Amino acid sequence: MKFMLLCYDDEQAWQKAGQAALASAMQEAVSLCHEIAAKGQYLTASPLHPVATATSVRVRDGKRLLTDGPFAETREQLGGFYLIDVPTLDDAIAIAARHPGAPLGTVEIRPVLELAGLPERP
Amino acid sequence: MKYMLLIYMNEGAMNQAEREQCFGDSTKLCHDLAAQGKFIGAGPLHPVATATSVRIRNGQRLVTSGPFAETHEQLGGYYLIDAKDLDEAIAIAARVPPVSKGTVEIRPVFELAGLPTKT
Amino acid sequence: MTAAAAADSRATVDAVYRTESRRVLATLIRLLGDFDLAEEAMHEAFASAVEQWPREGVPANPRAWLVSAGRFRAIDTLRRRARFDASLADLASRIDADSQAAVDSDGVEDDRLRLIFTCCHPALAPEAQVALTLREVCGLTTEEIARAFLTTPSTLAQRIVRAKAKIKSAGIPYEVPSRAELPERLDSVLRVIYLVFNEGYAASSGTSVTRKELSGEAIRLGRLIAELLAEPEVLGLLGLMLLQESRRVARTSPAGELILLENQDRTLWNREQIAEGLALVQRAFASRRLGAFTLQAAIASVHAEAESAAQTDWWRIVGFYDVLAELEPSPVVALNRAVAVAMRDGPHAGLALIDAILADGDLAEYHLAHAARADLCRRMGSTAEARASYQRALALARQEPERQFLQRRLAELP
Repeated sequence: MKFMLLCYDDEQAWQKAGQAALASAMQEAVSLCHEIAAKGQYLTASPLHPVATATSVRVRDGKRLLTDGPFAETREQLGGFYLIDVPTLDDAIAIAARHPGAPLGTVEIRPVLELAGLPERP
Repeated sequence: MKYMLLIYMNEGAMNQAEREQCFGDSTKLCHDLAAQGKFIGAGPLHPVATATSVRIRNGQRLVTSGPFAETHEQLGGYYLIDAKDLDEAIAIAARVPPVSKGTVEIRPVFELAGLPTKT
Repeated sequence: MTAAAAADSRATVDAVYRTESRRVLATLIRLLGDFDLAEEAMHEAFASAVEQWPREGVPANPRAWLVSAGRFRAIDTLRRRARFDASLADLASRIDADSQAAVDSDGVEDDRLRLIFTCCHPALAPEAQVALTLREVCGLTTEEIARAFLTTPSTLAQRIVRAKAKIKSAGIPYEVPSRAELPERLDSVLRVIYLVFNEGYAASSGTSVTRKELSGEAIRLGRLIAELLAEPEVLGLLGLMLLQESRRVARTSPAGELILLENQDRTLWNREQIAEGLALVQRAFASRRLGAFTLQAAIASVHAEAESAAQTDWWRIVGFYDVLAELEPSPVVALNRAVAVAMRDGPHAGLALIDAILADGDLAEYHLAHAARADLCRRMGSTAEARASYQRALALARQEPERQFLQRRLAELP
């Protein structure tokens, strides 16, 4: 089954933790990815730039509306994601629990609806 | 540059027929993007009722049912695209079928060196 | 070199800084792809000029000299930093490899236009667009902008830093938008310029000097865009700003009290600005593509051409408001139209319209709607109603000159 792991973190908590802590968490995440890749469970993963760089797009009555910022202001912000292919939800939970941001934030696990006919990943 | 498009929409906003239409149009858009080398990945997500949230506190694993936050629109899918710049990403976001009912949030992806390539 | 000659070339550097620094910056941003790096490089280039020009003479093309000096300084900076961050070495080599043609390109004015479009990108928050435009395009300091917008320099600086970070990591392009996107993007640019103008024009608190400078900057921006991109609405906006600016001296008394258009001493209006504004409105009209700025400018031009309020062609003004209300319906446009109808057909006709607008509710808390109603009641001799509406307006008004004006009107009621 394919799962999307959405990693929500308090950006300010990371800022307080410092650049070195952030860099080492990123390295830890990279190792985690290699580990799941070795088992054939890795599809893709990436951190995102801070929510300050988000742009929201809506189209109403055929007109494009742009706003600076994310869809919703939340205490914790979406900071990255993993896309994995594992047999069960429990495997997904086990991986989520190993995400270096889990102690500071929340990892939301969402099963992906497998839509037939999408193009191959490049 | 790589961008993640997060699609937020009220889950009740579409009936079955509209949802199927939306899937068909989205699939077509994905093929258009793939033909231009701009497609990396995309997928709808099962409803938030199927979400599970995981936190670690004091070394303990806390697993709860439901999404990270209750919002009046829910994350219903994503696109991962490779676009020239934000303007191109916005133009693509404006073509994602649910954009006329919900919101598409564009997040630039932080390109982290050393991640595994596709398996 | 004599001391006098040294002082002379120092003065040249200062003069070049005033006229060319924003152009140099705009080109360096294109070449370096980074606002902060470009700003740093520009300052270093001017520092080199201060040092070298007295010794070696002022170069034939100071701007090209500065761009090229800035570019070399930036490459040096990147190579120095590359000891800690290897990716910067690649960036330095890439910039170094740029063809001389890209560096010398005479599309310097295009660089300024690119800069404006980037600063006014609709993916940036509106207040960030304004702050960034004043900082990067106009070269105002953070302190000056903060003072004009009655905020603290640190809040403003943070806003600018955040906007620059978004431009960089979200990939906001540094280019003039394509034809297809131009209307939407130009809209955003013109809105920012008019906002800057109105901040400078509205009589409110804050040091009046800075305020006036803001209007001047807005007009300068309008001229720049009109020169590079003569779209009808660009001409319309510039015309509108000039026609409004032409009345600046006449609209306040020496004591700082607000004077309404109908009571202004029209000999104080700036005829040069009016002539330029009228010509622009004509050019915009000739395109036959009428936009909201052009229509507002057309209304301002009818006022500008009238000898007095009584001799104003209110038929034409109401006609322009009709088109404007069709194009961009809004309660404020409806209110202004009602006031013009009152001037054309008498206060009763205007009052009926204003009461209908107030009943709609959108403008129930808008002091100018109540002030306009009060004025019509006063003209009709309905003193009690006029008093009630002036009091309601006074309770809602926040700007000091407007409050004083309303208090004066209340006191004058029989």
